[in-house]
Amino acid sequence: MPNVSMTVNGKAASGEVEGRTLLVGFLRDQLGLTGTHVGCDTSQCGACVVHVDGKAVKACTMLAAEADGADVKTIEGMAAPDGTLSTIQQAFQDHHGLQCGFCTPGMVMSAAALLAENASPSEQEIREYLEGNICRCTGYHNIVKAIMAAAGHDVSAIAAE
Amino acid sequence: MYNFEFEKPSTIADAVAALQGDEAQALGGGQTLLPTMKQRLASPATLVSLSGISEIKGICTGDDGALCIGGATTHAEVAAGAGAYPALADTAAHIGDPAVRNRGTIGGSLANNDPSACYPAAALGSGATIVTNARSIAADDYFQGMFDTALDEGEIITEVRFPVPEKANYQKFVQPASRFALVGVFVAKYADGVRVAVTGASENGVFRWTEAEAALSANFDASAVPDAPAADGMIADLHGSSAYRAHLIKVLTARAVEAAA
Repeated sequence: MPNVSMTVNGKAASGEVEGRTLLVGFLRDQLGLTGTHVGCDTSQCGACVVHVDGKAVKACTMLAAEADGADVKTIEGMAAPDGTLSTIQQAFQDHHGLQCGFCTPGMVMSAAALLAENASPSEQEIREYLEGNICRCTGYHNIVKAIMAAAGHDVSAIAAE
Repeated sequence: MYNFEFEKPSTIADAVAALQGDEAQALGGGQTLLPTMKQRLASPATLVSLSGISEIKGICTGDDGALCIGGATTHAEVAAGAGAYPALADTAAHIGDPAVRNRGTIGGSLANNDPSACYPAAALGSGATIVTNARSIAADDYFQGMFDTALDEGEIITEVRFPVPEKANYQKFVQPASRFALVGVFVAKYADGVRVAVTGASENGVFRWTEAEAALSANFDASAVPDAPAADGMIADLHGSSAYRAHLIKVLTARAVEAAA
C-alpha cells in the first residue's frame, strides 16, 4: 500500500492508504478531520471542497495518493488556533449563511478560494464561483451575502428574501 | 470503487512503460474517471497518474504561432493562461465548476471524448493537432465517435496544438444539473475558411457542421447560418428531443458568429 505524507492545516500528516483511498477518506477516517463532508460522493455538491496547494478541489474526486507531498487546508484550518473565526466564517455567522450547516465547510472553502483569486467579487461572480457547491436548504441568498460581507462590501441594503 | 495499484511516473517514457501493464489506465485529473470507477463502470488494475510529468504541463506558443497546451494542463490553467486564444480560454473557464477546473485536464477530456464535453468542440473547431507520445493526429482524424478516438491502448496525449484564428467563439447551452453542454457550438474563422464544430448533439459525438462552414466562409454573418441540420442521429433524452437539439445547433451557431464578429 502506498504511504502518503502531506501537510494538513500546517502540520505534517502521513499514513498508509490503498490506491483507491480518496483524499476525503484519508482526511476523515485516518486523520479524524471530519469537518470535510461527503455529501453526494459524485463530485456534484461541493461539501468536500478543500484546498490542495492553494486550489479548491473536491476531496471526494481526488485520490489520497495524488495529494502526496501537497499542502492541504481543510475547514479545521480556517479558524485561528485560539478558536477565533476567520473573516469568512464570522461573516457566515453574522449573516446567517447556513441553515443545517452540512454544505458549510465546502461553501467556506470555496469562498476562501474565490477571495484569494478575486478580493472583491461581484454578486454575479460569487454565484458563478459557487456553481459546484450545492445547499440542500437552498440558503444561497445569505451565503452570497456573507461572502460579499467578507469581501468588504456593504450588504446592509441586501434584505433577506 | 474496486482497488487498484497506483503509479505516478515523472517522465513520459516511464508512463508509457507503466501503461503496457495488463488493464492499466492513464489518469488525468480524474474528474470523469474517478466517478466512473466509483460506479464500477471501469475497474482498471493499475492507474497511472500523469500529474507528475512536468514536461506535459503548461502553455506556450509554437514557432508557427499555434498555441501549444500540455496534455496534463488543467482547465483552470488554460482559462488563465491561454490569453493568446481568448475563445479557447473562455471555453476552458466554463467547463464544470471551479473545483473541477482545478483538477480536470485537456488531455483527459480529449482522451475520454465525452459526446457532451466542451474541449472536443474547441479542438475540432480549431483544426487542432493532438500530439501523443508516438505521433501527431489531426483533429479531423482524431474524433471517431462517442467516447472513441484514434488513440491506441496506452497512448498518451502530450500536447494539443491550436492554430489561433482571426475570430472565434464558443456557445454552450448548459445542461443545468451536469453543466455539460446540452449542445455546444464552436465557431472559428481562419484566413482559409470557417470551421464549425458541434458537441452534445450527435449520437456520434463531436462533428463539423459543413453546411454552416461553407455558408459562413462565404459570408461571416449570423444571417448566413443555414437551416438547422436534420434531427436524424441527434441525441434524444429527457433533457431534449433530437429535433430540439438540432434547432439549438442553428441558434447557437448564430450566437457564436455574432459574439465572434
